[in-house]
Amino acid sequence: MSAAMRIVNGKVYDPANNIDGEIKDICIKDGKIVDSVDDDAIVINAQGMVIMPGGVDIHCHIAGPKVNAARKLQPEDHRHDVHPGTPFTRSGTGGTVPSTFATGYRYATLGYTTAMEAAVTPIGARHTLEEFHDTPVIDKGFYVLLGENIFLQNLLREKRMEEFDQAVAWWVNATKAYTVKLVNPGGDEPWKGKKNSNVSDIDEKTDEGLSPREIIEAFIVSVNKQGFPHPPHIHCNNLGHSGNYKTTLETMKTAGDMRAHIAHIQFHSYGGELGKNPVSKAAEIVEYVDNHPNITCDVGQVMFGKSTIMTADAPLAYVLKGHTKGKWVNADTECESGCGIVPFQYQEHVYMHTLQWAIGLEIFLLSKDPWRVILSTDHPNGGSFMNYPKLIKLLMDKSFRHEEMKRVNQKALANCSLRDLEREFTLNEIAIITRAGPARALGLSNKGHLGNGADADITIYDEMEDKEMMFNAPRYVIKSGHAIIDNHEFKTDFIGKLLHISPEYDKKIEEVVQPFFESYYSIEFSNYAVDDSYLHDHEIIQTGNAKA
Amino acid sequence: MALKLNLHTQPDVPLEADCISPDKMQSLSKHEIEQLIIFHGNRQVPLKDFFECSGEFDGEINIDGDLSRIKHIGAAMSFGKITISGSVGIHTGAAMTGGEIIVEGDASDWLGPEMYGGKITVKGNAGHMVGSGYRGSTIGMQGGEIIVHGNVKNETGHVMRRGLIVVGGNSGDFTGVNMVAGTIIVLGEMGIRTGAGMKRGSIVCQTKSELLPTFTHSCDYQPLFLQHYFKYLKSIGLAINDSLFNGSFERWCGDSVELNRGEILLYAGK
Ligand SMILES: [Zn+2]
Repeated sequence: MSAAMRIVNGKVYDPANNIDGEIKDICIKDGKIVDSVDDDAIVINAQGMVIMPGGVDIHCHIAGPKVNAARKLQPEDHRHDVHPGTPFTRSGTGGTVPSTFATGYRYATLGYTTAMEAAVTPIGARHTLEEFHDTPVIDKGFYVLLGENIFLQNLLREKRMEEFDQAVAWWVNATKAYTVKLVNPGGDEPWKGKKNSNVSDIDEKTDEGLSPREIIEAFIVSVNKQGFPHPPHIHCNNLGHSGNYKTTLETMKTAGDMRAHIAHIQFHSYGGELGKNPVSKAAEIVEYVDNHPNITCDVGQVMFGKSTIMTADAPLAYVLKGHTKGKWVNADTECESGCGIVPFQYQEHVYMHTLQWAIGLEIFLLSKDPWRVILSTDHPNGGSFMNYPKLIKLLMDKSFRHEEMKRVNQKALANCSLRDLEREFTLNEIAIITRAGPARALGLSNKGHLGNGADADITIYDEMEDKEMMFNAPRYVIKSGHAIIDNHEFKTDFIGKLLHISPEYDKKIEEVVQPFFESYYSIEFSNYAVDDSYLHDHEIIQTGNAKA
Repeated sequence: MALKLNLHTQPDVPLEADCISPDKMQSLSKHEIEQLIIFHGNRQVPLKDFFECSGEFDGEINIDGDLSRIKHIGAAMSFGKITISGSVGIHTGAAMTGGEIIVEGDASDWLGPEMYGGKITVKGNAGHMVGSGYRGSTIGMQGGEIIVHGNVKNETGHVMRRGLIVVGGNSGDFTGVNMVAGTIIVLGEMGIRTGAGMKRGSIVCQTKSELLPTFTHSCDYQPLFLQHYFKYLKSIGLAINDSLFNGSFERWCGDSVELNRGEILLYAGK
């Protein structure tokens, strides 16, 4: 058990409890935040420092077969970024796709203590859980890809909705996932084999006789009915294509007033004509999100420099590979999904890249409700999570933003409103978009705040004028009550736990799924579901239909 | 007087000695040089466990002994000169940006990979991957010169982008594979699949060679620029047949699976 601790004299930013820069003691006991501790508790003097809950990354790609394929694809990315070990921590390699250990430690060095892997095929769940076990410090979970699942699509087409709900719950249980992920719903399946094609409209029927809208609606209804803590996590159709903002708006409208999360919404906020250069539609997208409290989104900010495109949206990866003309990976994941990986470089002088960068910033700066517009770079797609401190500086410091704007493609800037935006985020708002907001969107009631009973995941930064420097080097990082980073140095290692859900379902559904398996899958049904031996330290987050 | 290093004990497993470089040894005392860290397998040991030091660094390092199990000599060096009286191990001159390395014996694999500048001369033979990119890299050698008087093995100049590689003897298979630009001159014979996947750049060979079907013969001509190269190569002691100066060359374009802007020039005789 961790020692009791009292953090004194620090400025506390805890937006979930309406604490905005108050000087206040924070007490920790048994890995939780408590009202008070005995006088013999360890005291941390946080004079001149800022205290926030540990960061929560709602959308990143950090573990599993596709992440590992991206590591193997890019030895050159690792050679130049060695992550040395310390007496307490293990070594690894960095780059845009760090090794498992380095991933955990690097999140910790930014003050992040929770991260959610955003796309895992069911058949890749076991591999993902094994990598999670080697991803230290942070708590983690993953979203399971079910949108392109042929069996579920068959049930949908036959309108067997009762069984559909059961099967979704079975799959989530079988993989130990946190929620359901949809990627380019309806698009991968036609691309993978039949015609090398894709869907371009949310109401276009595929050969299977389903439209993206029907798939999206079915999952939103099912997941909301079952009361998952986080709604379906949706990567809309037409990612990256000019004019795709209409698809994004339609996707959000499909949710009606039910909860839905739109992933990396920046990549889905483009106007203009298909095939031509896009223009910004950030304002239209933000307006819809602002007015619909059932919607949450993460931005998927693009940061200039090296990135790795990594997606279940295989047709998209194919398009991008045509631009880079370099190495790439394309994979077909049985009856579950496609996959593409493309090493990429965002460049200031390129119109498209500048516009993407600007639209991301616009979305942040225009949004009226930071609780539902969450910071992400869709790591490593828009850039590494190691860019978060710089992104925070771009949001908090308008003169820095204007300096950066001088270095980018000016034609692209002319097609968006970034030049006119004077807003600067406050520390309280940063605490919302990096901590309180994502924790709330995920339904993690013990994360993202410093109230009584919360997990003792705490970051303490030196308060500095240069916000990039400040957020790059927390002085203390406390995870579940353990001082992982103490005075800028790793002082102990920690594994962190798996966050997952376990919705109830009727066992009979297995009899329906099994025959399909035996006809089409490469592995035995009995070997498919991940058993409990793959769970190390874990926490089951309650769902609406679970027994208390 | 130059700094002299003498290998007094052969290591059981290869040594990694990227500290043997003018950049790392300049302005160090003899004692400090002896304490520089090298890797013996996975163990860190001081340089003096394997090398005897004498003399003083004046821009030049002379190394004696059979260094064929010593890796990374002169890696990332930017100035000065290293002379090696015998043979040398892998990764010699890796990513060097300037200065000169002279090897009197043979060099092992990965000679001058991803080098940016400077010059490496090998009087004997060299191994695989001369002046190449490391696995995964899309760009290899970016400048400088590598002159090998003897033979080289496979994948010479893999993904090279600039600079000159000269082979006095024969080269193995995949000479200039995936090269982006730059020049490779082979005075002996080349193996198979020369220039596979090349985008631009020139590969020149004194003998006929069977090329991939994705290369097309465009013409026979007498490239003037080659005379300058041959004059230079003769001046540094390579055996250049006088007939080369006025000879005509077959020009082959390729690789058509890529940009098709590369060329292979094969000596066609008088
Ligand atoms: Zn993503």
